[in-house]
Amino acid sequence: MLKTLTLTTALGLGLMVSTGAQAAGAETYVEDFDFSFEGMFGRYDTMQLQRGMQVYTEVCASCHGLEYVTFRSLAEDGGIGWTDDNVRDYIEFNGIELFDNTLDDGFGDFRPAELTDTFPGSQAEGAPDLSLMAKARAGFHGPEGTGLNQLFYGMGGPEYIASLMTGYAEEPECALEGEPMDGYYNTAFGAGGFPESCIDENGKHKVPGSWIGMPPPLDDGWIEYADGSPNDLDALSADVAAFLMWTAEPGLNARKQAGLTGVIFLSILAVLLYLTNKRLWAPIKKGRDE
Amino acid sequence: MAGIPHDHYEPSTGGEKWLHKRLPVVGLMYDTLMIPTPKNLNWMWIWGIVLVFTLVLQIATGVILAMHYVADTELAFSRIEHIMRNVNGGAMIRYVHMNGASLFFVAVYAHIFRALYYGSYKSPREVTWIIGILMFVLMMGTAFMGYVLPWGQMSFHGTAVITGLFGAIPFVGEAIQTWLLGAGAVGQPALNRFFALHYMLPFVLLGLTIVHVWAFHTTGNNNPTGVEVRRTSKEEAERDTLPFWPYFVIKDLLALVVILIVFTAIVGFMPNYLGHPDNYIPATAAATPAHIVPEWYFLPFYAILRAFDDSVWIVILTNWLTFGIIDGKFFGVLAMFGAIAVMALAPWLDTSSVRSGRYRPMFKWWFWLLVVDFIILMWVGARPAEGIYPVISLIGATYWFAYFLVILPLLGVIEKPLTPPATIEEDFAAHYPKSTGGSSSAPAAAPAE
Amino acid sequence: MSHADDLQGTRRDFIYYATAGGGAIAAGVGGWGLINSMNPSRDVLALQSVRVDISGLSEGMQIVPLWQGKPVFIRYRTPEEIEAARSVDVADLPDQSAGNDLLGDDAEATDANRTVAVFDGGEGVEPTFPEGALYVSSGLCTHLGCVPVGESGDFGGWFCPCHGSHYDTAGRIRKGPAPRNLPIPYAVLVEDTVLQLGEEA
Repeated sequence: MLKTLTLTTALGLGLMVSTGAQAAGAETYVEDFDFSFEGMFGRYDTMQLQRGMQVYTEVCASCHGLEYVTFRSLAEDGGIGWTDDNVRDYIEFNGIELFDNTLDDGFGDFRPAELTDTFPGSQAEGAPDLSLMAKARAGFHGPEGTGLNQLFYGMGGPEYIASLMTGYAEEPECALEGEPMDGYYNTAFGAGGFPESCIDENGKHKVPGSWIGMPPPLDDGWIEYADGSPNDLDALSADVAAFLMWTAEPGLNARKQAGLTGVIFLSILAVLLYLTNKRLWAPIKKGRDE
Repeated sequence: MAGIPHDHYEPSTGGEKWLHKRLPVVGLMYDTLMIPTPKNLNWMWIWGIVLVFTLVLQIATGVILAMHYVADTELAFSRIEHIMRNVNGGAMIRYVHMNGASLFFVAVYAHIFRALYYGSYKSPREVTWIIGILMFVLMMGTAFMGYVLPWGQMSFHGTAVITGLFGAIPFVGEAIQTWLLGAGAVGQPALNRFFALHYMLPFVLLGLTIVHVWAFHTTGNNNPTGVEVRRTSKEEAERDTLPFWPYFVIKDLLALVVILIVFTAIVGFMPNYLGHPDNYIPATAAATPAHIVPEWYFLPFYAILRAFDDSVWIVILTNWLTFGIIDGKFFGVLAMFGAIAVMALAPWLDTSSVRSGRYRPMFKWWFWLLVVDFIILMWVGARPAEGIYPVISLIGATYWFAYFLVILPLLGVIEKPLTPPATIEEDFAAHYPKSTGGSSSAPAAAPAE
Repeated sequence: MSHADDLQGTRRDFIYYATAGGGAIAAGVGGWGLINSMNPSRDVLALQSVRVDISGLSEGMQIVPLWQGKPVFIRYRTPEEIEAARSVDVADLPDQSAGNDLLGDDAEATDANRTVAVFDGGEGVEPTFPEGALYVSSGLCTHLGCVPVGESGDFGGWFCPCHGSHYDTAGRIRKGPAPRNLPIPYAVLVEDTVLQLGEEA
């Protein structure tokens, strides 16, 4: 059972209605990708972020925006390893313009983006903004809604994104029995349409995933990397997922570093306090016979 | 009740005397810090300090966050991202504040269950207990309103659901809900007022903390034996107690730092584990998350809320008796608030002559069953209300009420408690027997202070 | 007191001091984190350096963009204005310091020290703004912060209507209550017609 989000359909709003049966049974398949930024010592792989940036630019950006990400952040500390001039070249090369309503005497006009601007928002209707997608989805749950899996595998946001890229599959046989479905069958997507013919008598889904509106965005070799890195579907998916994790949490490296320093420092302090406490209480605990 | 006899602050220098005559603030601090504390307190008596620390932490980080936040439905979500991305250390401060709420509730639940086990609520500490319950309710309100501020999907729809609870009140419910929201639906007025209240209530909590501490400093701390400190003479009292500083301050700080190690690890390595992914989606009225699940610390009470629907016999009966005024929805709301209210009544529902659960053989079982019940309710509160889950909720909720309303009063009558030790000194000595072989080193080990 | 007691006492004290020190560091780091968060955030710092497209600027024309919330005079001076500014002897000026962020405190208030350096586009490329033509300064009177009016006053430069300060065509105070020349921020042509205000962080 997944906590999935139905973005496309407005559901009735009211007390406890949301726990009804409409979301029942949607099993999805999320693969546990091995990302460099997992675990206590995990950090972003700058080269992978740059590759993912290329995938985003060449594929995702035509529909999806990154409206919370500034161009300057690409070149800041904890960025993707670019310089300001790299970013300016990127803006110029891709001809990124945005509407500035202070121009043209208040009528507004388009102008080239600047470092301090954010990426454009989504270009296509229904395409969600991707800035925070890696944090707005959780790939791992369970068992039984306890969320324990996330303790071991992480939240799974980037895994979900990568699995979505690789999750397009042939429509299952049960779907061919009924009305043809809109969209594309995807094993990682849980919030889309699902044919009645694939639901068994107990209301359980016979196949994982559901039907998504987005056509398969990536496939083997669709992107050429300048440095010749692997560009099969798995690699491309992992790269773009890593990049989207960065857009969602650019401060991840700094946060983990701070966490590590904090844990080590507090552990030392705890040992000191333990010794202090022990010495303080020692006479009370054994020296009662003054 | 007379306080435990102990030394009081004596101003020595001229300046101290001058101030003491006009404002005895140093004396107040001295008496608070040096308060005689039962020396047999165990590690479950650390949560109070953890709570005070967390309250201060939340206020400090919260004030900083408020400097960068804007309570505007158009801006709130992006201002959170501004804090996360642009403000110096902003991501850390926000994650600390976010997870600080969880730390707060971990500590408060431990604190409450400690009080329930050791009978801390019993006479003469009823006022301490009731103020504590009041603080717990305020805390829940504060946490809920804080969760609204990021203006994500869960913020928005959670607000709709929770304020909808008030809408269930017969006759005036809708008017109350509209009054709460300042509009027919969740929007700008709600966000703005929740921000104001979220900022204000912690200071009320701070004030109540002082009253809470004042109250138990008047009655004296409870302790694992439930036996009162002897207070006929200072000498006797001193054999049962130690001054709060430094003995318990250092002990509490040790516990606090150990807890903070775990807290720092969560903030540093998995800050969103306890949160909900949907709250990283900007709020929109047009789509509801598939599951509206409250934060983990509300789940037990949320489960009680959902446990009673129109198919439960007691709901049907109540509905019939009240001529349909109390329906399933309103019954659930009453049950949720009632679950907290019965806790406040515990001092009068518990009829046992013995205070501490340590000497109550039957009580122990029922108490631990309550703890398990609480955990099960927490789990089932996050599950969809279908299949077996509503049944589990109903059993769990029933036990919660039965514990306070039936078991506590009955146990006092049918249970034969053990005899607690006569004094705290005796209990302490039993834990730390005088070493027999090491008598030669004992004089040398006694420090000069 | 025996030697052993002494040693034990020292070790005990050391633990106490180390613990207190560790606690103080923890509180200090936490406190500093909160205080530091009130310093300018990244978005604010990013705006310390902006690029202004001045390709539309023609001779004798002035634009007043806002930078960091304050007006900046960007002026394409005419040959007459340049000549007027250059003919002044620095020794006669009330404020003889250039007041140019690029040059430091010792620089004299010559006209050359108060104008933007010519852009070097490479061999044989004629710059859009000739030597001494491009003038950039703060747009706030050094007296009480009013915005002076351009091409006016006794010296053909700027005139502050609030209290009657007269600046010349190089923005130097000549007459009136203002104490200093109009301050010149970090201003460099990064392209032929792109002016960068403020140093990159």
